[in-house]
Amino acid sequence: MQSLKVPAPSPSQVDLPFLELRDVSKSYRTAKGNYTVLQGVNLSVKSGEFVSIIGHSGCGKTTLLNLVAGFIRPSHGLVSLENRRITEPGPDRMVVFQNYSLLPWLTAYENVYLGVKSVYRPRSETEKRRARQIAEDYLELVGLADAAHKKPKQLSGGMKQRVAIARALAMHPQILLLDEPFGALDPITREELQDQLLDIWQRTKVTVLMITHDVDEAIYLSNRIVMMTNGPGATIGEILTIPLPYPRNRVMLTEDPQFFTFRNQCLSFLYERFALDVDYD
Amino acid sequence: MTNTMAIPRWYSWQKILPVVVPPLIVLLVVLALWQILCSGPNPRLPAPTMIIRESWHIIVDPFFDKGGTNKGLALQVIQSLRRVAVGYALASCVGVSVGIVVGTNRFINRGFDPFFQVLRTVPPLAWLPFALAGFQQAETAAIFVIFITAVWPILINTSVGVQQVPQDYRNVARILRLNRWEYFWTILLPSAAPYIFTGMRIAAGLSWLAIVAAEMLTGGVGIGFFIWDAWNSSRITDIFIALLYVGMVGLLLDRLVFYTSKLIVQSEE
Repeated sequence: MQSLKVPAPSPSQVDLPFLELRDVSKSYRTAKGNYTVLQGVNLSVKSGEFVSIIGHSGCGKTTLLNLVAGFIRPSHGLVSLENRRITEPGPDRMVVFQNYSLLPWLTAYENVYLGVKSVYRPRSETEKRRARQIAEDYLELVGLADAAHKKPKQLSGGMKQRVAIARALAMHPQILLLDEPFGALDPITREELQDQLLDIWQRTKVTVLMITHDVDEAIYLSNRIVMMTNGPGATIGEILTIPLPYPRNRVMLTEDPQFFTFRNQCLSFLYERFALDVDYD
Repeated sequence: MTNTMAIPRWYSWQKILPVVVPPLIVLLVVLALWQILCSGPNPRLPAPTMIIRESWHIIVDPFFDKGGTNKGLALQVIQSLRRVAVGYALASCVGVSVGIVVGTNRFINRGFDPFFQVLRTVPPLAWLPFALAGFQQAETAAIFVIFITAVWPILINTSVGVQQVPQDYRNVARILRLNRWEYFWTILLPSAAPYIFTGMRIAAGLSWLAIVAAEMLTGGVGIGFFIWDAWNSSRITDIFIALLYVGMVGLLLDRLVFYTSKLIVQSEE
């Protein structure tokens, strides 16, 4: 895999605090007064870690992700990446959205290349050739070299999400932000993409922060699972460490008694201690 | 690629007949009824056979030129189309560029929108005396009427399209830190293109409506004045042939803009 200027995180940085949220609150002014979405959130993520955020609808998971992405600023507290305060969105924190957010008028390759181009800003012909090579390499990494010249509408949901992941990875972000990336996919495609993501994560050692609704997905993929309490004024209720070694095997995992312990811990948090009054899907 | 793919059979009779036969039946029934209703001793309107008989010379030769305004229908239509082309092209340039400015700048939008909303409701022909007074020239006045008719739908659609750029695309642009130029070409324009073309299609139809009416008043060579002239010299049958031309050209214009937009905007989800 080629890269131009952005260095990959070196092993020495791994144990330093990488992404930090310190006493973060976010509230919005509404007609009925202040509405607090998040209250007193403290979280620190190490470089190369895979962290999932799980919680009920309306618990501020997306708000949390938007704070890290830089789309919004905290009302109180500090969000920082490598000790630099996050104030605006940037290519070092690429988001993979649930609805893919590919530009429909560009081909898969052009979508990825737009990301690469915006990071490396190639000027000379040699740099441009390398940037094109990077875009091609990452499409190949997600297994879509053959579909490079198709437009998003010609691709299935799973393929679109692969393009979005290729675009994100090709930009060599310091942290990859996934907003329910597989939520809109059918179960089989979802499992395929989970395996692929896990494989890519182990190879690239990119730091991942992922929002999900799916308890099994969170356990299968993550080092740690951050469980959110219900809003308004949601905060981190509990953080569950999943010490299972990688590479993980889906079939063996489901036979592992530890898996059920983790699963029960998550489910009891979501449906007993912080159950919602109303049904939700 | 191999050449084993079956050749599409869209041209086969089974496909063409169901499309062509119903309109043919309707046409024959209408013509027959028309013929019957207008075949008395002194009909107010000419029957189809009478139209063909009396207007035969303009049907068979659309390109005759006997000087002045005495020209074949194709030549008349070409003159009208030329005026439409000039006015419409101006309206497209002004409408798209002003629409983008108005759509991206909230202050300018608030300032101009009330005036646009009032001006766009003014019927095209109401501008004509105003234009004649300003330009002192029938030709320029007619083109101005086309311009002012076509500009509003293009301008308003463009400004709406620009405001409707989905938040997802804006978010991508913010993460990628696209500069204004890149944002304009890779996000804003492609995203607003379907709106812009809808405006241009509406504008094409309106311009064609307006030119026929405007030419009736300004005179000169053109399909509008041809119709007015035919009425004044009691050549009622010629009017029917001219109306046929107006309808066909209007349809062609609409299709032309439609297929151009399809060619350019082929990538909607």
